[in-house]
Amino acid sequence: MSSTTETQALRPDRKKSRLHLDIIGLGIAAVMIFPVYWLVISALRPNREIRSYDQTLWPSSITFDNFERAINQPNFATAIQSSLIVAVTAVVGGMIIATLAALAIGRFRFFGRKPLLLIMILVQMLPPTAMLIPIYAQLNAMGGIDEYWGLIVVYLVSTLPFATIMIRGFVVNIPVELEESAMVDGCTRFQAFRKVIFPLLAPGLAAASIFALVNAWNEYLFAYILINDNSKYTLNVWLMTFTTERGTDYGALMAASTMIALPVVIFFMIIQKKMAAGLTSGAVKG
Amino acid sequence: MSAADTKAVGPPVPVPPDPQPTGKSSADDSTPRAQKRKWKKGELLPYFLILPAIVAIAAVYLYPLSKTVIMSFQDMGRRELWSGEPAPWVGFEQFTNILGDSEFWWVTFRTVAFMAICVVLTMGIGLLVALLMRKLSTWVRLVLTVALIAAWSMPLMVAASIFRFMADSDYGLINTLVAKVVGEDWLGHNWYVNPVQGFGIITLLVVWGAIPFVVVTLYAALTQVPQELEEAAALDGASAYGIYKFVTWPVIKPVFTMVATLSVIWDFNVFGQIWLLRGNKPEPEYETLGLYSYSKAFESTSFSQGSAIALITVLLLSGVAVYYLRQLMKTGEVE
Repeated sequence: MSSTTETQALRPDRKKSRLHLDIIGLGIAAVMIFPVYWLVISALRPNREIRSYDQTLWPSSITFDNFERAINQPNFATAIQSSLIVAVTAVVGGMIIATLAALAIGRFRFFGRKPLLLIMILVQMLPPTAMLIPIYAQLNAMGGIDEYWGLIVVYLVSTLPFATIMIRGFVVNIPVELEESAMVDGCTRFQAFRKVIFPLLAPGLAAASIFALVNAWNEYLFAYILINDNSKYTLNVWLMTFTTERGTDYGALMAASTMIALPVVIFFMIIQKKMAAGLTSGAVKG
Repeated sequence: MSAADTKAVGPPVPVPPDPQPTGKSSADDSTPRAQKRKWKKGELLPYFLILPAIVAIAAVYLYPLSKTVIMSFQDMGRRELWSGEPAPWVGFEQFTNILGDSEFWWVTFRTVAFMAICVVLTMGIGLLVALLMRKLSTWVRLVLTVALIAAWSMPLMVAASIFRFMADSDYGLINTLVAKVVGEDWLGHNWYVNPVQGFGIITLLVVWGAIPFVVVTLYAALTQVPQELEEAAALDGASAYGIYKFVTWPVIKPVFTMVATLSVIWDFNVFGQIWLLRGNKPEPEYETLGLYSYSKAFESTSFSQGSAIALITVLLLSGVAVYYLRQLMKTGEVE
């Protein structure tokens, strides 16, 4: 399939080796997807099979009991609410700030532009656990422990560098002439942005914001440390409530995990192409 | 890759995959630059635009980082945290205590060893799978891509839950499978009693979770390798390894080193995976530097000790971060 320059003589040999490679490829695919399969299958499996010493690869019957138990677990609704409030606010705020910064970096040459870009990349290298203690101490002093805003600020800023660099990539692709001619035609700079630049920027913004949303949705460490109030747990922290002194309710845990993973999977399917491009370009933390 | 090529200095190497995902190829590289100069110099607008970003980053990264430095020279415990009393200064005491503690060195050794194993496995398998992907039939490649994305999209905590279930001593699939092959006495086997086995499970989880990113990125880089060159080399009788070494590798090397560097940084900071696999109470023999710093700060409530350990971690990693930045600049990502 590669090219027409390939000689006829090479073909049969290649076909045979391709079959072998295809089989290896399918094997790798099976290994990679297996844990996901196990998650879904365990979520749908009756409890007596989950609590069995003899696990089988296929369930004997399918049930939604695990989902029912997961939904009835205390604080399920509030955990969804917390995750949504925190993630959405952080993403919206982050996108506004990132777009402004990306416009500045992509459109203007100003003193301190390169250092700013460097700092943005550098801060992403900092281990989150190193920031944990001072952020905790600071939020504690400001009364931000157990408050959504503390978590929101942390998530907002942690996605900011990636979003800025990604959006900047889109900004530099929009010809300056578009903006200038709009301004010649009587638009103010802001109008030129709103009517001309913003629509062209929209796909980049969408990709960056979904990416940021997935990041905020998945975050665990800060959510665990900064929020102690059960009714404000985010979904990831709420997952821990399935483990008690008496053991883990794996059936319900798997059902809950499936529900948490589902929106992320859908998002990934939608954005994966753009994301791969964004990742290779900025090579920024994922 | 027409306009971008002219920009690359030196050998015809690494044009990393198109940085602008829109694909709306702008004209010549020099035009936007010329146009940018048209903006008046000294204009204040860009500074207003970046101000929010600078304030936010300073508040959440730079200020806490300086605070970490300050705290590590103090002795801040629970009392100082809650009362707001100023913590006493102790100079280098925290550092001398930590560096003089053999436990710290064990934790550091464990962190580095764990990171090295994870990175080698991730990058090795990732590279092989990425190379394999080019040779697959289209539909198999599609199936593999879907599998990779499914694995990639699992939230960390969900992935950790799945692996915890699979490695559970009573109801785990791994024990069932091993028992079928090796013998019944594996039923009920606890993988975490022996930390080497326990870290084996953690490594599986980390590597499984990291491979999709590596494969997708390296595969994107591999699409930049000129096929004609490889085919010409093949016709000239070069071995598969020769083609790889002289044609393929030079092109993907910058992306490879970048991903490897990122992996080093991420695997050095593994926290959530260990945390959840050990049921939120990791035993001391499961502590890596991140967890060690956490337990010193929040369990022994010596925030200063925790800060000092975190700072040492940052210093250990800063060499890698600088290397990463140099790679980025070399490939022209940061102009």
